Amino acid sequence: MARAVSTRRKIGFTVAAWVVAMLIFFPILYTIITSFKSETEAIAGFSLIPSGTLESYAEVQAQSNYFKFFLNSVIIAVGSTILALVVAVPAAWSMAFSPTKRTKDILMWMLSTKMMPAVAVLVPIYLIFRDTHLLDTRIGLTVMLMLINLPIVVWMLYTYFREIPGEILEAARMDGATLWGEIVYVLTPMAVPGIASTMLLNIILAWNEAFWTIRLTTTNAAPLTAFIASFSSPQGLFWAKLSAASTLAIAPILIMGWFSQRQLVRGLTFGAVK
Amino acid sequence: MGNINLKKVSKSFGATTIIPEIDLEIEDGEFVVFVGPSGCGKSTLLRLIAGLEDTSGGSISIDGRDVTGEAPAKRRLAMVFQSYALYPHMTVYKNIAFPLKMAGEDAAVIDKKVKDAARVLNLTNYLERRPGQLSGGQRQRVAIGRAIVRQPSAFLFDEPLSNLDAALRGTMRLEISELHHQLKTTMIYVTHDQVEAMTMADKIVVLNAGNIEQVGSPMELYKTPKNLFVAGFIGSPKMNLINGAAAAKHGATTIGVRPEHLGISTTAGEWKATVGVAEHLGSDTFLHVHADDVGPLTVRADGEIGVHHGETVFLTPSPAKIHRFGADGRAM
Repeated sequence: MARAVSTRRKIGFTVAAWVVAMLIFFPILYTIITSFKSETEAIAGFSLIPSGTLESYAEVQAQSNYFKFFLNSVIIAVGSTILALVVAVPAAWSMAFSPTKRTKDILMWMLSTKMMPAVAVLVPIYLIFRDTHLLDTRIGLTVMLMLINLPIVVWMLYTYFREIPGEILEAARMDGATLWGEIVYVLTPMAVPGIASTMLLNIILAWNEAFWTIRLTTTNAAPLTAFIASFSSPQGLFWAKLSAASTLAIAPILIMGWFSQRQLVRGLTFGAVK
Repeated sequence: MGNINLKKVSKSFGATTIIPEIDLEIEDGEFVVFVGPSGCGKSTLLRLIAGLEDTSGGSISIDGRDVTGEAPAKRRLAMVFQSYALYPHMTVYKNIAFPLKMAGEDAAVIDKKVKDAARVLNLTNYLERRPGQLSGGQRQRVAIGRAIVRQPSAFLFDEPLSNLDAALRGTMRLEISELHHQLKTTMIYVTHDQVEAMTMADKIVVLNAGNIEQVGSPMELYKTPKNLFVAGFIGSPKMNLINGAAAAKHGATTIGVRPEHLGISTTAGEWKATVGVAEHLGSDTFLHVHADDVGPLTVRADGEIGVHHGETVFLTPSPAKIHRFGADGRAM
C-alpha cells in the first residue's frame, strides 16, 4: 500500500505546485490578457476573455517609441552586467582563493548594503548625478545598476569559485601560468556555468530595476521600466495601454528567462546540495 | 640538473609553527622521499620547495640559484598533486600541452612533446578524452605527463598514489620508479606510507612535527634508526619497543626488536609468550603475542608456522639485531 500512498502524495504535490505556480504567474497572465482588451473592456470588471483588439499596442507605439526604450534597457542591463563581472571576477577570485581574516566580514558588509532602503540614499545620489552631469545618461545608469547589483554578483561568483579545487589553480601556477593566465585559461572556463547564471540573473535584476531607472532618467536614457511608468496617468483610462506597455517591457526578459531556465535554476541551486 | 638546497628553512602560520628550522641537501638525480605521520609538515615542506607557500625564514636554492622569493613557475619544478589537479575542461592533449603553451612554445614542438609523453605513459589512445572520462590510474598518468613535458629540474610528488586502490598503487609505484630510472631527474616524493618510502627512495627523510628525525637510505634507516621515532615508523610490521627489566638487562631504557628478528620455538627461549592473533599469509606468519614480563609483541616468521590462539611459544631476540635506546629516546 506504500506505493499507493506515495502516488497520491505525488499527485498532491504536483497539484499544489501548479496552484502556487499559477498564483505567481496570474498577474503576468492577466496583464497580457488585459493588453488585448479595449480601455472600456479593461475597466469593465474581471474577465479572462479579451476581445483581441490590438488598439492598445498601436496607441502605445504611437505615443512613444518602444524601441528607443528597449534599446536603453538592453544597453543598461547588459552593460551593467559586463561591468559588474569585470569588477566581481577578480574580487571573488581573491576572496575565494586567498582569503584573509576579514574576507567574511567584507562579504557580509557588501550584502548588508542590499538591505538598506534605496530611498535612504536617493537625495545624495541624485545630487551626485546632477553635479557630475550623469542624470538621464546611459553611462550613469549603467554604473548605478552595476553598483547596486555588485554585492549579489560577487557573492554568487564567490560561491562558484569556492567549489573549484585550489589545487587546480596551484597546478596552473606550477605549469607557468601567470595570474592572468590562471584566470583566463583555468578559472574562467571552469566557472563558465556559474558565470553564465550570474550573468543571466544580473541581466534580469537590472532589466527589472525600477526605483533608480525611473528617478535618474527622463527621456534620453529611460529604459522600459520608465516606459511602463509613463503610461500610468492620474486621469483618463489607461489600464489597457499600461498592460500593453508592461507586456512589451517584460516580453524580452520573459523569453530570455524561458530559454535559459535550466541554466538559471542550476545557477541558483548550485552549491546548495553537495 | 636538480640540486636542491634548504638552509634554515622555517614556516609558521600565525603563531603556529609548522616547520621550526630545516637544513636539507638533495643531490641531482636523487629519489628523495619525505615520510612521516599526518600533520608532520612533509607536504608543507614540499610546497615551500615548490613555491606554493612562502617561507617564514631561511633560503631555498635550486642548482645554486636562490629561489626563495621566486614564483613557482620560475623554479623549473613540476608537481604532481594528490588530487591529480587536472584541468577538467581540457582534453588530455590540452592538459599535457598546457605548460608548454604557457611557456610560449611552438605548436609543432608542443605536438611532438605531447605525443612523446603520451607514448611513454600509454596515453596515446586517450588524448582526445577529458579527465572525467579516465580512470584514476590514467588521470595520474596524465598528471605525470603534464609534469614530464616541461623537462623540469626536479619533480615534486604530493602523495600521488593515495587516491588509488591498493593494486593500482603497487603498479603505479613501479611505473614512477621506472620513470625515475629513465629520466634520471631529481624526484621528491611525499608519502605517509613507509612501504612506498622504503621501496622507491634513494634517500628517505623522516619528518616528525616539522623536524627531520633522520635522513638516510632505506637500509640505513631500517638497520640503524637514530631514535625511537624512526625505529617505530620505519618497518612493517612495526618494531617491538620494550621497556623495563628486559631493556635494563641490555643496559638501555628501551630496546627495539623487529618482528622478523625474534626467533620462535615451542619448547624453549628467552621470553615465554601466549599467542593472541595468528595471521597466516602463507609466505609469512604474523603472531601477535603477549610475553610475560615484556608485554605485547609482534613476531614475523618465514613460511607457515602451526601455532594458534591461546598456545604458548618461546621467543628469543637475535642478539646482534637488538636496538638500544637511552632515556632521551636516542640510539645508544
